[in-house]
Amino acid sequence: MKMRIGVLALQGSFAEHMESLHAAGAKPVPVKYPEQLDGIDALIIPGGESTTIRKLLNRYNVGIKIIDLANKGLPVYGTCAGMIALAKHIEYPEYAILGLMDITVQRNAFGRQLESFEENLDIPLLGKKSFRAVFIRAPLIKDTGKKVDVIARLKDGRIVAAEQDNLMVSSFHPELTGDLRMHQYFLTKVKNT
Amino acid sequence: MEKSTDITKRGLAQMLKGGVIMDVVTAEHAKIAEDAGAVAVMALERVPADIRAQGGVARMSDPALIKTIMDEVTIPVMAKVRIGHFVEAQILESIGVDYIDESEVLTPADDKHHINKNLFKIPFVCGAQDLGEALRRIAEGASMIRTKGEAGTGNVVEAVIHMRKIMDEIRKLNNMDKTELMAEAKNLGAPYNLIVEIAETGKLPVVNFAAGGIATPADAALMMQLGAEGVFVGSGIFKSENPQKMAQAIVEAVTNCDNPDVLAKISEGLGRAMYGIELSVIEEKDRLSVRGW
Repeated sequence: MKMRIGVLALQGSFAEHMESLHAAGAKPVPVKYPEQLDGIDALIIPGGESTTIRKLLNRYNVGIKIIDLANKGLPVYGTCAGMIALAKHIEYPEYAILGLMDITVQRNAFGRQLESFEENLDIPLLGKKSFRAVFIRAPLIKDTGKKVDVIARLKDGRIVAAEQDNLMVSSFHPELTGDLRMHQYFLTKVKNT
Repeated sequence: MEKSTDITKRGLAQMLKGGVIMDVVTAEHAKIAEDAGAVAVMALERVPADIRAQGGVARMSDPALIKTIMDEVTIPVMAKVRIGHFVEAQILESIGVDYIDESEVLTPADDKHHINKNLFKIPFVCGAQDLGEALRRIAEGASMIRTKGEAGTGNVVEAVIHMRKIMDEIRKLNNMDKTELMAEAKNLGAPYNLIVEIAETGKLPVVNFAAGGIATPADAALMMQLGAEGVFVGSGIFKSENPQKMAQAIVEAVTNCDNPDVLAKISEGLGRAMYGIELSVIEEKDRLSVRGW
């Protein structure tokens, strides 16, 4: 049986995540409404505009149900805006969206669009071959709590991916490059939960 | 570290998908748009309905105005330049807006050539009426496409025509014998390599939004169901009776575009939409959508 992985489909790059999941051998399920969270094995919160996603999460009670399911152990992976959605602490403006993961996140940490970039990252969990990471008006993890493990750093040491129990986040967009290893790693995590 | 690559330029548009980009003329408008859930704002001095009503030459907005809007919100800020006016684009790149719209809503500065957008670090969005026009703009370096529609009219019919035409021409290419692709490239006036790419993938290589005449949540949902990946709303919000409510309703309509029960609920009690113009009363020379080559 293929794993059923929900992809929050309120706004952003959800179609790209669904393609990546499909290519990685899972069954992607778009999620807009609370009842669509029933029967999924895990959830991905995609990139997009975090202020928009925040509004829409609050609107139809999807957010509350995600918090409940994540607290009961549902694996959740947030990329870019999804990482902002999962963070307990956000530097500016100072509000948490789902507030699940013990990290402090700075929005638009590199600046505006002209500062968006691609970079080869060495990510030990993904093997020897470097990972082409795409950062678009990306956030950064400024601080991590005790239970958080770092997955990836920039060459200067700044943290761009991390995990904490059933939760996982990255500043960059693995859904844009066709390299499936971040998705595969998440699926392994889902299998082991 | 590589900046301003095709992936980062096209990627920002991918992050805006399923969202609404709103025209704003003041920082206060920008804040209302952001609070309503806009994924980006388009900073300009006059909304298209006012440009249409007042006439004269419409140019790039004052950089000081654009900067106050950039300071006000945390979402991406776009701004418009005239078709072919590469110096206005150089100025906008210098102040660091997130996206440039080379727009037919402003008065064209060149009657034959669009900006060579490949020379710029900043990504561009351009309007198109059909697939050939979209592909010419992509070949020039556009990282995002939108229908032209007929801006400032509050009448969605022209956007519908453009979206249907683009989707239809893509479907046709997708089913075409490979031998026929060169003749079709000639027919559409589009670069052969992009024609071959679309025949294989069945989709544009960049994100495609709807724009021009969208005035209600139902209009926005209509464009999404026709294949748009998001919408621009120009005059439709701040020319309506209750901009705050209208803005929020259009944001929700895009997300729930295929759910009539939700659409019914959010369409209730929005007040008067912008006053619309029947297109048959607009003479050919006054149409904005014919600008672009």
